Amino acid sequence: MSMLLEVTGLHASYGDFRVLHGLDFSVEKGGISTLLGANGAGKTTTLRALCGMIKRSGTIRFDGNDISGKATEDIVRMGVAHVPEGRGTFTGLTTEENLQCGAMTRSSRAEIARDLEQAYHWFPRLRERRNQQAGTLSGGEQQMLAIARALMLRPRLMLLDEPSFGLAPLIVQEMFSILRKVNEEEQVSMLIVEQNAGVVLELADTAFVLETGDIVMSGTAAEIRDNETIRAAYLGY
Amino acid sequence: MSVNTTTTGESQAAEQQGISLPAPAAATGNAKIMRTAGIILLAIGVAAPFLSGNFLIFQLTMMMIYAIAILGLNILTGINGQFSLGHGAFYAVGAYTAAIMMDQFGVGYLWTLPMAGIICFVVGFLFGLPALRLEGVYLALATFALAVVTPQLFKLTPFEHWTSGVMGIVISKPEAPFGLPLNPDQWLYFLTFAVGLVAYVCARNLVGSRTGRALMAIRDNPIAARSMGVNTALFKSLAFGVSALYTGVAGALGAIVVQYISPDSFHFALSVALVVGLVVGGVGWLPGALFGGAFIMFVPNIAEELSKGLSGAVYGVIMILMMYAIPTGLGGLLKAALGALSKRSMTR
Repeated sequence: MSMLLEVTGLHASYGDFRVLHGLDFSVEKGGISTLLGANGAGKTTTLRALCGMIKRSGTIRFDGNDISGKATEDIVRMGVAHVPEGRGTFTGLTTEENLQCGAMTRSSRAEIARDLEQAYHWFPRLRERRNQQAGTLSGGEQQMLAIARALMLRPRLMLLDEPSFGLAPLIVQEMFSILRKVNEEEQVSMLIVEQNAGVVLELADTAFVLETGDIVMSGTAAEIRDNETIRAAYLGY
Repeated sequence: MSVNTTTTGESQAAEQQGISLPAPAAATGNAKIMRTAGIILLAIGVAAPFLSGNFLIFQLTMMMIYAIAILGLNILTGINGQFSLGHGAFYAVGAYTAAIMMDQFGVGYLWTLPMAGIICFVVGFLFGLPALRLEGVYLALATFALAVVTPQLFKLTPFEHWTSGVMGIVISKPEAPFGLPLNPDQWLYFLTFAVGLVAYVCARNLVGSRTGRALMAIRDNPIAARSMGVNTALFKSLAFGVSALYTGVAGALGAIVVQYISPDSFHFALSVALVVGLVVGGVGWLPGALFGGAFIMFVPNIAEELSKGLSGAVYGVIMILMMYAIPTGLGGLLKAALGALSKRSMTR
């Protein structure tokens, strides 16, 4: 199968402090990859580097085009939706206005209205909350909103930054099953960054283990999941 | 947009979940109250100049001018989340644009308004570019510098030919056109009234538009806004430009109404007064600008009536009490009151 995202030798730094030391990883077309790692491993930095929010070097091929020199806005327009760390809720706007923000780069009103319906179909709870100020939603609802908002872009690739963070296990299960459906029915490829390895390895097909800015292990999700040594050494579960 | 097409889906979903959806009903109720209040305000606004003396008319005109300036500041601070302690500078640039055009080039006063708007938009946009690197207190300091520097620039000798330096510029009062049966004060009142109305409607439309959503998204979460493909640098500069445009038009109107400007008319205190008006009216709530304008126009006068020697202290005390009683401004107070009202009608 061909690759939608192919990253080779990705370096990134904050000022003089280098955080990523040449990462190689990829996401298949229609596939789900996960980057696993502990706090400070460089997971969030990797996603920010991918979508051009920080200085980076190396090659980032998205559907064959090198996007490593492109600005964030242009990368978004190509269909890369980033669900940022901490959900990125626009707290002062209503749920529906948040969703409309997700379609900021699109112009067809009719299509946006249709996708809004689709978003409410995936996340019925958001329909109940459509006129509510988004800052007053619960943590789980805000995470659902963040994912629904990213889908409003009609992305080809979604970058999710610790979607399970701070959520009850039941909500996490629900969210991941929706992600699976979105992936299967709409062929949205995903790169999910997680600490919660147990859950995400059930969903992903490929996994990369990140430790202090280096990829120390990669393989199919099943291989990583079934390898006792890796689990004990890197994933802690 | 999609509200009409989705109502049936909404009620179906609501039935499935076994909950009622009171929010839209309450919202329309509140909208009705707000619309009625708006119409009453408009009627008072039209009748006021026929019922009051010329000095009060002048004061009311100045109140509306401050309201337009505060509206501009609200677009920057309330909608886009950028702080400015320097809006007096844009007010000054607008005022000088109008005065110099009329005094030096004999341009009709009406033409000075759009020109002041355009010049201030450009100045604001350009100032917004370096300001992109600054946030919060640092941006406050940079804008503070702008407010301190600008009046001094107008005193400089190289510009004296146009600005008349510290002497200032005297402008003659325009008469009502088309033989309208209005005295000059009444005419300027209605002119300001009309400009203010247009400014308010434009601001409302801006906030409800896609651009407005982008501005608010940047305010709430800049990183997520970038993830949505919003060019945050462009929109933040744009917000500065539009905000300065509003304040500049207000400044031009102010110059025409007061008929005299000098560098000392635009002391740093003016910038602070605009911030006071913004906070008292309610940050992020556009109609609050009118209340804010009234506050900074009339409360200092009231303070002076109460005590000539300690007027500043009285003003300060009033302000502290105000912030203690309604910390979120009139906007916050109304929001809370309307919220409580719709909750009561829900339970009934």
